[in-house]
Amino acid sequence: MFSGRPRAVFTVLLVLVVLAAVTPFLPEYVCILLIQALIFGILAMGLDLLLGYTGLPSLGQAAYFGVGAYAVAILTTRYEFGFFPTVVLAILLSAAVAAIFGLIAIRAKGVYFLMLTLALAMVVWGLAWRWTSLTDGDNGITGIPRPELGFDLNSYINLFYFILFVFVLCLGALYVLVNSPFGRTLVGIREREERMQMLGYNVWLHKYLAFIFSGIFAGIAGVLWAYYKNFVTPDDLFIDVSVEALLMVALGGPATLVGATIGAGVIVFLRNYVSIYYSGWPYILGAMYIFTILYLPEGLMGIARRFRRRAETEKLDE
Amino acid sequence: MSFWIEQTFAGLSYGGLLFLLASGLSLIFGVMRIINMAHGSYFILGAYIGVTVVEVTGSWLLALLLASLAVAILGIFMHRFFLRVLGHGVAAELPQVMITVGFLFIIQQASIDIWGGDPMIVKVPSYLDWSMEIGGIFFPVYRIFMLVVACVMAVTLWLGLEKTRAGAMVRASVDDSEMTRGLGINTERLSMAIFGLGAFLAGLGGVIGGGFIGVYPGLDFQILPLAFAVVIIGGLGTLRGAALGSLIVGLMDTFGKALFPELSYFTLFAPMAIVLAIKPTGLFGRA
Repeated sequence: MFSGRPRAVFTVLLVLVVLAAVTPFLPEYVCILLIQALIFGILAMGLDLLLGYTGLPSLGQAAYFGVGAYAVAILTTRYEFGFFPTVVLAILLSAAVAAIFGLIAIRAKGVYFLMLTLALAMVVWGLAWRWTSLTDGDNGITGIPRPELGFDLNSYINLFYFILFVFVLCLGALYVLVNSPFGRTLVGIREREERMQMLGYNVWLHKYLAFIFSGIFAGIAGVLWAYYKNFVTPDDLFIDVSVEALLMVALGGPATLVGATIGAGVIVFLRNYVSIYYSGWPYILGAMYIFTILYLPEGLMGIARRFRRRAETEKLDE
Repeated sequence: MSFWIEQTFAGLSYGGLLFLLASGLSLIFGVMRIINMAHGSYFILGAYIGVTVVEVTGSWLLALLLASLAVAILGIFMHRFFLRVLGHGVAAELPQVMITVGFLFIIQQASIDIWGGDPMIVKVPSYLDWSMEIGGIFFPVYRIFMLVVACVMAVTLWLGLEKTRAGAMVRASVDDSEMTRGLGINTERLSMAIFGLGAFLAGLGGVIGGGFIGVYPGLDFQILPLAFAVVIIGGLGTLRGAALGSLIVGLMDTFGKALFPELSYFTLFAPMAIVLAIKPTGLFGRA
């Protein structure tokens, strides 16, 4: 859907421009939800690189998200680092953790990979929860200041534009990445790993790099999350974050990038609006997993694809 | 010295509890290649039902039986109506994971709605609720009981797998499920039985564990990675692996919490990393 055709790129750009133009006129509540959707969109798109394009089902994205968020929290509140050093260090730390975990996880295949990434992420959660001298444990770290960049990020609309800007950068970077020879090789590995190996591609290195890139995007999302929320707790990197990221990708449609963001948006908005009227959100969330797998194997983007295919065949018939 | 004896004993008995959970997970994977994310949910459901049965009937033994059976029925239901339709093979792995995650969330909310958010404990009968003193060290009898149950289960499962016709079918199915189907063995029924058995063991673990660590919202998510660590270390689909992995994880977790409370989860990281570096499929696992 977002695979190099100019029309698709145009559509996505148009949607982003409309979003930027309309948001100032929307209620602040909606603006906050959009901020959340964009942040989780970055997390989910990073996972899509790994799951959709490379075929590696990671259940540990919360780890790098959490490392990014906690790095911001600790560096700004305890050491009073400025914005740029904080962000650079936080992203480097997420990448470093992904690089260490990747060394172990890439050795495993299929469901082993899935279980391993989950168990490793739980180790990071355990540190956030128990290493109280560093993380303040269950209480979390409060009072993370919004960055000072010459305009007031304490207003939600400015924060929205800032995060939209970062989102567009991430989307652009991922778009270039998946359409590069590197990205095409990842798809090749997903489809037929042995053949790529035989053709002389370094399969391990490609997977490993994809793993680290995915961790970096999760880290960026974590950094934004910490700045947006002003506090972090161990809950921010619990398993359900990883598991929800997986649903966002599956719901939107794997290997589409924008699909992951649509999935993130659907979940963020549904959760908030449903919770106003009904306290049993996990029932709906659980049902969404089951429904998506049984009835939407290609995700929401798959529906659009089906319509377009039908339209094209009708045109041919004429 | 007494510290080391006490902690080793605590670790071993905790390993026994983990074995009940992980052996089912491992069996289910061995036969069906399904990673059951709802396995921790079976555990808490077993514990919660156990709490209620003890409250209503006063009988702890009845709680053990009813709770495990109820969870087994839930497992069979999930397998029959949701997992079977997804088919077999690598392509079905992720969808199966997602479906079981869906059940995880549903069971999580249902148990909060039914039993509330407060921690609960399965009331243990008085004949198990005391401590034995040997050479100045106190050994809680309940922990001895946990270890005994795990050993009995391990031996029963081993005998069942090695010495019975059904066990031979299961082993054949683990080795090559397509060939087993080709030989005219009804692997669908076998899968259903194994899923039920795995759920039964998790439910049993829940009632027993519920008398010791209690049960509270979020325990499902906390215990699942431990079960995963067990099968990652021991290897999926092997009973020996589940047994050895349980002991390693039980001991590492207990000593980690006692010696380095701040880094306790990190002590699970080391054995997993070392085992995977040497053998990516776990100690006894086959590729």
